[in-house]
Amino acid sequence: MASSGSGYDLSASTFSPDGRIFQVEYATKAVENAGTVVGIKCSNGVVLGCAKPIHHKMVVATSGSYKRIHTCDTHIGVASTGFLPDSRVLVQRTTEEAADWLEQYGGKIPPHVLADRLGSYVHYFTLHGALRPFGAAAVIAGHDPDTKECSLHLLEPNGAPYRFYGVATGKGKQAAKTELEKLNLHKTPIAADEAVKQILRILHLLHQESKDSKPIEVEVSWICEASGWKHKGVPKDVLKTSEDWAKEQLEEEEEDDDDDEEMEEES
Amino acid sequence: MSQKNREGEVLTGTTILALPFEGGVVVCADSRTSTGTYVANRVSDKLVQLSDYIYCCRSGSAADTQALTDYVHYYLSQWSLDTGRIPTVKTAAHLMRRLIYQNKDQLQAGVIVAGWDPVHGGSVYTITLGGSCLELPFATGGSGSIFIAGLLDAEFSNGMDMAEARNLAKKACSHAMCRDGSSGGVIRTVVISADGVDRDYTPGNDLPFGPVAVW
Repeated sequence: MASSGSGYDLSASTFSPDGRIFQVEYATKAVENAGTVVGIKCSNGVVLGCAKPIHHKMVVATSGSYKRIHTCDTHIGVASTGFLPDSRVLVQRTTEEAADWLEQYGGKIPPHVLADRLGSYVHYFTLHGALRPFGAAAVIAGHDPDTKECSLHLLEPNGAPYRFYGVATGKGKQAAKTELEKLNLHKTPIAADEAVKQILRILHLLHQESKDSKPIEVEVSWICEASGWKHKGVPKDVLKTSEDWAKEQLEEEEEDDDDDEEMEEES
Repeated sequence: MSQKNREGEVLTGTTILALPFEGGVVVCADSRTSTGTYVANRVSDKLVQLSDYIYCCRSGSAADTQALTDYVHYYLSQWSLDTGRIPTVKTAAHLMRRLIYQNKDQLQAGVIVAGWDPVHGGSVYTITLGGSCLELPFATGGSGSIFIAGLLDAEFSNGMDMAEARNLAKKACSHAMCRDGSSGGVIRTVVISADGVDRDYTPGNDLPFGPVAVW
């Protein structure tokens, strides 16, 4: 105890003398140990992708069990990572907020309002000694039927809801962010089908780089014109061609790297 | 829901209507408020602003409809703060419908919610005493409305301009005020469009149709 938190890490209701709340930071650590989630806001939609490590050969990792991407309303998709049970609570709350709004106001909840409301909910769990903060983060993709715009939000265990052009969270967060930055999404947004390819490339790249031998299963969803501006899983054929492209791309990159090394040796 | 009016209850036995035109909507009402046969107010205002671009025409109990519009006004400002947007007429009508439906045993309120929003343009909703909400090409309400149903069916058309819509609203309202004992006084209209709102008032001796001009 003396080594890490010096007694200030026992409850989320106590600040440490230098102004930190360790319990919330530990919750963030829980997210950093779980599968990677990547989201891209596109010129014509928004795409979510996540890598699910198959921790046991006999696990059934199809859409029926071990789901990481959920539809919380027709226009809202949530990809969550971290403790699976915690993220399910988040997803359920998202669904309830969306349904309550529709009941109250007779229209779809704007995605940024949903992210704000969810932020307040998650934040509440960082205020009380009797509660445990969420060990999960959620990437929210939404389409607003009133403004016809799509948006992408990340909700972290501290309750801060930020809006992004491209975002990554989970185990491969750092490497994925580097790859996303290369795409220059804030200046030149890419199309949804291109984003599917890039997300798959990033997820497979991260899997190659981590020496983790556990196989991964990939889940990708989108909101775009092709999905009727509804949150839906990317169709199997699109997924297949994109995945082939991603793997080919990665092989090429690897060969290029090898060539470079050889060149260096020669010179 | 059989309910007798309370002794001395103030009712807006009324004529109200809302007619959309190209790019907006005009709402219109007479100004009579009565308690039984006594006219409690001959220049009342039955057109209430719910938000910058949304109005409500009230009919039924004055107390009930005032309370309802106060609530909807409050909810809509809350909605605007939450979303950072201008409320839609649809949302305003939905809020009104919920309040009326959930409390229908204790209320006597039939209202028209009309206005302009950036999503749908000009639109008109009517909410009945029972709490059902209908979007209509145009709407009438109050005790005077039955006298002008045919007139409006004949003369209303889609794609009128602002002046045509306002003139038709005034004409229809004056006809209702003439035949309905519980409607009368002056005509108030409000034009709502992307440019904002424009209020207008026609005094009782200057109506398009009425005893002075005709008989």
